[in-house]
Amino acid sequence: MSDPSLTPIHSETPERPLSEPVLSVRDLIVEIPTRYAVLRPVDQVSYDIAPGEILGVVGESGAGKSMTGNAVIGLLDRPAHIADGEIWLKGRRIDNLRRDQMRAIRGKEIGMIFQDPLTSLNPLLRIGDQLSETILEHLPVSRAEARVRALQALDEVGIPAAAERLNSYPHEFSGGMRQRVVIALALCAEPSLVIADEPTTALDVSVQAQIIALLKRLCREKGTSVILVTHDMGVIAEAADRVAVMYAGRLAELGPVAQVLKTPRHPYTDGLVGSMPMASAGKERLRQIPGSMPRLGSLPDGCAFHPRCPRAETRCRQNPGPTLGADHGRAACWFPVGEVS
Amino acid sequence: MSLVSVRNLTRVFDVSKPWLNRVLERLPKRYLTAVSDVSFQIEENKVYALVGESGSGKSTIGKMLVGLLPPSEGGVEIRGVNLASEQDAKTIDDIRSDIQMIFQDPYASLNPRWRVGDIIVEPVAARGGDTTGLASKLLEQVGLAAEDAQKFPHEFSGGQRQRIAVARALASNPKLIVCDEPTSALDVSVQAQVLNLMSDLKDDLGLTYLFISHDLTVVRHMADTIGVLYLGRLVEEAAPEDLFTTPRHPYTQMLLDAAPRMDEIGREVEPPTGEIPDPINPPSGCAFHPRCPLATDICRERRPELRYVGITRVACHHTDAA
Repeated sequence: MSDPSLTPIHSETPERPLSEPVLSVRDLIVEIPTRYAVLRPVDQVSYDIAPGEILGVVGESGAGKSMTGNAVIGLLDRPAHIADGEIWLKGRRIDNLRRDQMRAIRGKEIGMIFQDPLTSLNPLLRIGDQLSETILEHLPVSRAEARVRALQALDEVGIPAAAERLNSYPHEFSGGMRQRVVIALALCAEPSLVIADEPTTALDVSVQAQIIALLKRLCREKGTSVILVTHDMGVIAEAADRVAVMYAGRLAELGPVAQVLKTPRHPYTDGLVGSMPMASAGKERLRQIPGSMPRLGSLPDGCAFHPRCPRAETRCRQNPGPTLGADHGRAACWFPVGEVS
Repeated sequence: MSLVSVRNLTRVFDVSKPWLNRVLERLPKRYLTAVSDVSFQIEENKVYALVGESGSGKSTIGKMLVGLLPPSEGGVEIRGVNLASEQDAKTIDDIRSDIQMIFQDPYASLNPRWRVGDIIVEPVAARGGDTTGLASKLLEQVGLAAEDAQKFPHEFSGGQRQRIAVARALASNPKLIVCDEPTSALDVSVQAQVLNLMSDLKDDLGLTYLFISHDLTVVRHMADTIGVLYLGRLVEEAAPEDLFTTPRHPYTQMLLDAAPRMDEIGREVEPPTGEIPDPINPPSGCAFHPRCPLATDICRERRPELRYVGITRVACHHTDAA
């Protein structure tokens, strides 16, 4: 950061969170050593999340969005590991904690919602037992009290006849109802942060709308912050306060959702927003970004996006874009869209 | 004459438990009606899109169109020939090579042990046709390099694999291609490339598509006519502009409202209520009535027939009110 050439040339007034951030990620680097090279699925990612804020993380598959979330909750699969950077949760550094210390935080301080609700529920346990188990593990309550809280949690997420459903097994629920149970499970220990990794991707449109509305309402009521990982720009537009766009492991753009989607600065965001079919309604052809995202093992020199970028110049081929800090700049680009260079 | 004409197409699956369980537990046979009395026509060089949520029967219709599943009732006629009842082997063979299919998951639809060149020419080679130079010609047509014929599927990204699947579908010089969610497994920027490729090929080669998708925005971009399915029945059929500006069926309205939109940031929607009912025991009357804001007694008792309102076809008792 001390190298002046690495600070962005066009910085904007940052959207500083008003209160102390719930989560701060600083220059996070995740590495996977392989036989041939060391891959970096997450490269110098920094962001803050304010209390009650919903941060959307978008990007194509392999862009590192899920990997960033997994690093935060300490669920990286070996041999992937955090090589550098810091993660702070409510003023406490959590990236260097021991396994058992992290286990106490996971579920209690950070809740998780995954894409496929069947994999996050134990098929052999009644959902009432799964909920009470989580509550007992993390809150100082009695068994009976945990049961009552489990019932409340199911009620809150809109499961009809919650009292009877406590004794049902996961397979007895429909996909949408199962995802509601998972949300109840993620929120029952009253965490301050929830990581929702593609929570609606496996669901139908009408059920997706229900789940998004539910997630928004609950987090607003409880003041829970959310990292919403998705590839769906529509979901981001509807649910997120700020959005982080990732490309090949790096943050390409970070800013308030209205600004990023309406006036994208990074050429990748610009292309991504433009290639949505709804953006080209009535046009013969869709705008497309040529090529596809490079594999981690064969990243080009300089900015990883330059082979696909219409604005690329010599500087982009030699020097990776400016790193986005949590506190300055919106686009990690030497020549952002919509600015005179 | 229409290229494809689907008449009263119905498909029922037997989902009963095994015989012994039925006897011991005294269970009746159970049937799931996946597609029920669906009729539509596809004109030559047009794109007909089927949209609907999971369980609406859109893929089952696609499979019946290409002959992967026999219909329980009704039938599909392609250029006037009903493949299920036609006796002449030569006619059947001709029609079959006119129909191809593109599947959703390009990771599952390409044989990982075959070279791309062999995969692409298989529809022709299997009929003993001449395949010299065919693979390289097709690969270039879909925007890949002729040398890629020597590679294996795992060497390609998802978007490139779907291009290979398109090349294979084009090999036998078909008239009709059934595309079952061709871009659902792809990333947005790659989806645009594949959709553009498909539009170009349609114009260049005079293709006709049956385009099956759950994504309304994709359908709006691609289709000439859209058929909306709910629980195995066609509830509305309209041109894209009509469907999106003045949806006639309350279910279409609900789908449009529920789809996330990029242009309305922070939109607060009242999400639709309920879920798709169990297709084994569908609701009486109009299958949508438990979720419908307009439902009255007649909807619970009698199933609405598909009828014309202008050039739109809609199956609702309260069309005028919608």
